[in-house]
This record gives sequence, C-alpha cells and structure tokens, in this order.
Amino acid sequence: MRVLFKTDYNQDIKFAKHGGYTFWYGLLLAAVFIAPFALDTYWINELTRVLIYALAGLGLMVVTGFTGQVSLGHAAFMAIGAYSHAFLLSQGVPFLFSLPIAALTSGVVGLMIAIPASRMTGLYLTIASLAFAIVVEDVIIHWESVTGGNRGMLVDTPILFGYEIFEAWEYYYIVLVLLIMSITLVLNILRSPLGRSMLAVRDSEISAESLGIRVARTKVLAFLISASLTGLAGGLFAHFIQFLSPETFGIILSIQLLLMVVVGGLGTVHGAVYGAILIGFLEASISILKDVLPPAIGNQPGLEPGLFGLILVLFIIFEPEGVYGRWLKFRTFLENFPFYRRNTFKRQRSYLKTERMR
Amino acid sequence: MSFFEIENLSLSFGGVKAVDDVSFAMNEGEVFTIVGPNGAGKSTVFNMISSFYTPDGGQIRFKGEDITEVRADQIARIGIARTFQNIELFEHSTVLQNLLIGREIHSRVPVLRQLIFDPGVRRAELVHRAQVEDVIDFLELAHYRDERIANLPYGVRKKIELGRALCVEPKLLLLDEPASGLNPEETEEMGFWIDDIKNDLGISVLMIEHDMSLVNEVSDRVLALNNGRVIAEGSAQEVQNHPDVVAAYLGGAA
Repeated sequence: MRVLFKTDYNQDIKFAKHGGYTFWYGLLLAAVFIAPFALDTYWINELTRVLIYALAGLGLMVVTGFTGQVSLGHAAFMAIGAYSHAFLLSQGVPFLFSLPIAALTSGVVGLMIAIPASRMTGLYLTIASLAFAIVVEDVIIHWESVTGGNRGMLVDTPILFGYEIFEAWEYYYIVLVLLIMSITLVLNILRSPLGRSMLAVRDSEISAESLGIRVARTKVLAFLISASLTGLAGGLFAHFIQFLSPETFGIILSIQLLLMVVVGGLGTVHGAVYGAILIGFLEASISILKDVLPPAIGNQPGLEPGLFGLILVLFIIFEPEGVYGRWLKFRTFLENFPFYRRNTFKRQRSYLKTERMR
Repeated sequence: MSFFEIENLSLSFGGVKAVDDVSFAMNEGEVFTIVGPNGAGKSTVFNMISSFYTPDGGQIRFKGEDITEVRADQIARIGIARTFQNIELFEHSTVLQNLLIGREIHSRVPVLRQLIFDPGVRRAELVHRAQVEDVIDFLELAHYRDERIANLPYGVRKKIELGRALCVEPKLLLLDEPASGLNPEETEEMGFWIDDIKNDLGISVLMIEHDMSLVNEVSDRVLALNNGRVIAEGSAQEVQNHPDVVAAYLGGAA
C-alpha cells in the first residue's frame, strides 16, 4: 500500500499524484502513440471510433457525471457538430476553423437549451433532452438545403495545411491529439472552482446555493462545455463515417452515450474512456453475435437497443459506480491483501435525507 | 441598529401559520439560540433567512440592510453561512473538496482561465488551500482530509459541515441543531467549538438547538418559539423557567 507524504499544496493540484501515475499514464500515452505502427487499417479505424466515442462521452460526463443532469439527447449535439462541420467544409471553410466553429455552434445550442432546462431537475430534464434530440433529428430531415435531408450528405476529406488526410493513421492522430487536449481541459475544470461547483450542484443543490454557488449558472456552463465537447466529437465523427444521414444520430446513439458514462463510471474522466472502449467492443461483438445466432433472433431489429438497455439496467443495479468503480475496489483489494474487509465500500450507516426542499 | 434583526416575520403553508409575527434582534459577537418543540417554526425561520422561503410578511435586516429579498445564492456573499439539520454535505467528494467548495464566494478567476488553469489560477488555488488548512487545524480534521464523506461517521460529518460554513468566512453563522445525533462527549466538544468560533474568530452565532446542556453552556440569549410564535426571550435560565415554555414542552394549562 502506498502512503503519500504530503509536503506541498501543489501535490493535491497536479495531475500526477505520485510516481505510479507518471509511469502508467506515460506507458499508456506511449502505447496509443505507437499503436498505428503496430496495427492494420481495420484496427486503427476501430481505435479511432473508440477515441471519438470517448470524446463524446467526456462531453456527456461533464453534464451527467459531474453536474448530475441526466441527458438523453446528446446525440443531437453530435449531430449539430457533425452537420455544421460538414456544411462549413462544403462552403470552403478550412478544416482548422470549421471544426472549432462546429463545436462552438453545438455549445451555443446547448447553452440555449440549458437556460430553460436548468429550471428542471431529474426525470423532467431527461425527458426534455429526449424531446430536444427528436426535434433536432426532425430539423435535419426537413432543412434539406443545408443537411440534404433524408438523402444524406457527403463529408469532404479533411485538409490540414494543404495536405489531404486520406490515411486512417493520419486521422487517428488528429483525433488522439484533440481527445488529449479535451481531457486536459476537463481535468483543469475538475481542479478549479467551476468543477467543484458542478460536483456541489450534483450532490446537494440546496447547500450549494447556501454557499453562494449560482446553481443555474453552473448548470448552464456545464451544458455549454458539454455540448461543445460532444459537438467536437460529432465533427470528428463526420469524417469518420464520411456520409451523414439523420438516422445516424438517433435515440440509439443517445442511449449508447449514456450507457458509456454509466457503465464506465459516473463522475470520473476514466469512466468516459472505459465506457467508450466497452461500447466499441460491444458493437463489434454484437455484429459477430448476429452471425452466430439463428437468423430468427439475430435479425430481430431490437437486438442492439435491447442488449444496451439490459446492460445499463444490470450495471445500475449491481455496480452503480461502473467499471472504473469496480477497478478501484479491485485495486484496494490488492493493496490491502490479505487484510481486505468485505464491507470496506459499504457505507457505515445510511442516513435519511428528509426535509429536502427540492 | 442591531447587528441582525428580524421584524414581524410571518409565513404560512396553506392554512398553517408556520411562523407568525416573529421578531427578535441579536448583537454582534453574541450566541443567540432559538429553542422550541418540533414544528415550532425554528427551521422555517432559518430557511427564510437563507432565502429558500420567501416570507409572507415582515423583514430580515443584517447590519441595517434589508435582506429579505436577496437571492439565496447571494446570502453567503453578504456574510451569512449556515449548516443544516440533516447534514447536507457533498457526499461523493472528499473532506478537502467539501471545504474548498465553501471558498466559492472568494474565488474570482474567470471561467476561461480556469479551463486553461494558468499560473494565476494555481496561485489562487494555493491561497484557498491555505485558508482551508486553517479551518482543518481549527476543527482538528487533519485525519480525515482525504476521506470521502460517504465513508465518515455522523459526528465527523457534523464537524465538517461546520468547517465548510467557516470556510465562507461569515460574519454570522446559522447552526441548525449542531448537536442533534451527537453523543454527550461530541456535544460537549461542539460547545467548545462554538465558544471558540465566537471568541477567537469573532463570528456571531444564531443557533437552533434542543440539547439544553449545550444551550446553557454557550448561549448568551435564548428565544423560545411555539406554534410559530415567540413565547419567551431572555437568558437560558429565564427561558427554561418561563411558565409558557414549560407548558409548551410538557403540556398543561397555559
């Protein structure tokens, strides 16, 4: 077991809390940078998909994991990011400008949604976000001059400094760098006052308010940041699938995103990444499963959403802390072996929360 | 002009007059206690001070200024912090993070700079850390600094909630039943903290409490409420021996 001897407040602020962090995350970083040299195009593409999912999940994590506002409409922000990016590219805006503008467009839409939505809580907000996603899908179908409607829309090849990005590995690096930048941004939020007010709003709005935290403002900012990150993921996703059509960004994608953050581990950056890996893996296995199963079951239209729903429910019942929470428990078990007590993670007592005013 | 003053405060929920024409005034540097049976309207008074409820009538004045209409998230900025009867901590965060959240009103770095976390943000964070560390020393919480709230026992949580309110650096501290759920030793300890808060930190304390040993020990003045009305005011002894108070608690002809 590692005991940290703290001699400086900076130790609590910096990312790498001890040598172990530097070593393992350094190793991981090296691995993801070397990966394209060792893998063939198929796997590089799969990896790129996981990274894009992780970025979208990171966006959802800000609003759902940190601020506690469950959104079932984040596919809409991906759609807004993807379509505005593709549209801007088709109008001749260079990739380097188009991508941030697309992300910001999504962010501003998120902001406008959040202003009325910050008055809602719990299920009501979730339903409202779901309705928002359906509206966005409809807008995409009917706004044919921009989105191509049901006929869909081709996405131009990204051009960076006059150089066309054709190869899978080149695109992989673009996505990777943007993901790392976004993770750094989110980690910065978490270690500054804004991130703490988000956690405060999640856990107890009433005491957050009594400490001077502007609850509505915090929620709106969370939506702005969240929608921007998810919009960025949408823009990247546009190149990845190369052809946009409205059904790509349907309710299933929203559920997948929510599944990612819940299964990965709510309230942690790790959770978004683990969730993305899991979903990427799951998609691949479902398509394999479809071949193996008898056609009567394998070709059922509801197979994927059904499985996703089942996994979501099982995780909420048996491991609400997600994969990352499970890993933390396992690590504590190893660290304390053989002295681990079964109820280390049981609450010592559970207290009634009566007199909740909202 | 009194330091903190409540005048003719009233609030009804439907047909029930929860608080009915309550007035009192407290001086700076005082520990002022409100006692009364369950449902007397004590917590409702607190929630009106915190602006969680809007009174039907009356005024709340802090240092001569009317704060009745001030928004709930501005109350802390004026210099009033509070604790809750049923501990409202941020359960999934560590003790340190909880206390740092108490510094919210003192952080003024723009959001964009927080995203980048430039050296200025770091410097501000270090200052907050130092301030929080003072509170940790004061309440002897060092042992629990990095624990998550969910893993801590009740008595410690009470202390952390008090600490979080102190991180606000208030002028007036509202304590809603600081000793509820504490054992006799912890209650006695809570009494010492309240004394220290008054004498060493110079913070005035407005408190709701049922535990008479604590009330006797720390209160400068006591106010008794029953059914939303003031029935007695004075020293702890005077209030306890007041016939209306005895009747309110024990029943009988009053």
